[in-house]
Amino acid sequence: MNQWGAAFLWILDPAHLGGPTGILARVGEHVWYTAITLLIAVLIALPIGLAIGHTGRGRTLAVQVSGGLRSLPTLGVVTLLGLWFGIGLSAPLAAMVVLALPPILAGAYSGVDAVDRHTIDAARAVGMTGWQLLGKVELPLALPLIIGGIRSACLQVIATWTVAAILPLGGLGRFLYDALPLRDYPQMLAGSILVIALALVADGMFALVQKLVVPRGVLAGRVNEVRVKTARPHTVVSAAGGRP
Amino acid sequence: MSIKKRGLIAAGILAVGALALSACSSGNPLDSSDSGSTSGSNASVVVGSAAFPENEIIAQIYTQALQANGVKASIKPNIGQRDVYLAALKDGSIDLVPEYTGNLLQYYDKDATAKSSDDVYAGLSDALPKGLEVLDQSKAEDKDSYNVTQAFSQKYNVKSLADLKSVSEPLTVAANPEFEKRTYGIPGLKSVYGVTATLLPISDSGGPNTVKALVDGQAQLADIYTTTPAITQNHLVTLADPENLIVAQNVVPLITKKKASERVTNVLNTVQGALTTEDLIAMNTKSSGSAKESAEQIAKEWLASKNLFD
Repeated sequence: MNQWGAAFLWILDPAHLGGPTGILARVGEHVWYTAITLLIAVLIALPIGLAIGHTGRGRTLAVQVSGGLRSLPTLGVVTLLGLWFGIGLSAPLAAMVVLALPPILAGAYSGVDAVDRHTIDAARAVGMTGWQLLGKVELPLALPLIIGGIRSACLQVIATWTVAAILPLGGLGRFLYDALPLRDYPQMLAGSILVIALALVADGMFALVQKLVVPRGVLAGRVNEVRVKTARPHTVVSAAGGRP
Repeated sequence: MSIKKRGLIAAGILAVGALALSACSSGNPLDSSDSGSTSGSNASVVVGSAAFPENEIIAQIYTQALQANGVKASIKPNIGQRDVYLAALKDGSIDLVPEYTGNLLQYYDKDATAKSSDDVYAGLSDALPKGLEVLDQSKAEDKDSYNVTQAFSQKYNVKSLADLKSVSEPLTVAANPEFEKRTYGIPGLKSVYGVTATLLPISDSGGPNTVKALVDGQAQLADIYTTTPAITQNHLVTLADPENLIVAQNVVPLITKKKASERVTNVLNTVQGALTTEDLIAMNTKSSGSAKESAEQIAKEWLASKNLFD
């Protein structure tokens, strides 16, 4: 209890707020690192995921490769890449992107994959091309799951960037790495609390976005579902998309 | 392929895993049942070591030197950190352990201010608990040290920390984060040598990333332990420390008094007289990387090369 009190006092201490090593600066760095990681990961994983979902091909390979990459111990990857690239942002950034790829990839292909077969058939029947189908039907319908994938990646990336402070970097991990050898546990705990708070805020924002991107048509359908009980088993079966 | 059958296979795999884990946990390094030494016999000496390769090599040297001189000695390597092996020394499960003077002194006397080898060694004899004593300290030291590249050393003619004052470019030190606060770190550099430097925090205790930052020129100085092979491999220059900013860490045998017979003392002090920091670097090189020899073999080779006992 004592440590918790000390940690919150540490956060509230105005001396720890400003300056290049203060809380504001560290949170800013952490958000910046996380944002750039997610941006790169989305640019890589989203097209691949959409292609897999749209064509239905390459799924096993993508799952296995990205899952395999994910199992690499991040601390080791950061250290190793640090030896290759030298000290700087690129080594830990690459390690974090590797960590962010699998959930974004999975969100993208399973989102597209879960689009109702009937809807796709209907879209083709009215004469949509493959690109139109992807852009106007599959992507909008998959968006909640895609955002869900990014959301999950975001949480992992926020949490794991702390590890990268083994190299000379900013971010909230600095509080942990700097305080541990000095046994400054209030500062370590304060750093952890800040990471948790940041993660919760980010997660909440993504949850909101995830709700907002659900297409209006889908929402209308849901209202029907609730009202007409008998329609429910039917929609559940079709939502599974024929893939057990 | 029924679900039941798969479940059985999964359970089997888990059971094997659990067995393997429990097998690991039974290897208690302090379990004396298989050490071959009989308790109560003053003639036999059990040598312990901390859980890192260099300490184990020194323990092997002590053990083999004692054995070669007719002392019944056995070894219990890799016991753990200082807390653990000093407790083992106290309860008699080991009799002798290779130690480092500065850290040992600070363990028993937190307020100790001695810095130089001789002062620390003198302080040790007062600080040690009853029943323990240290034999001669060797020249070999494993301690923090400031290192620069050969190019930097030649460019500014820097061989000692005192020479850094004349360096015109801003100085960055690659070191663990605590270097910012420790007396031997940035504050000490300022107060003892009048040198201003900024820290590049790398949490690998003078490991490969620290060396990389120094060699790449992102830092001009790096805190690396004096017995690290990377110092010789990268032709780094370890700066002298004339004002004793960094506490001495000479290798010293810590032994229980009742085992320190004349013969044991003479044998160990002969070893101590021959051991150097360069020897430790060479032996650490052998124990790391692709060459990875066993501590036993490395100790054997060192004893053979020094030819201390005829």
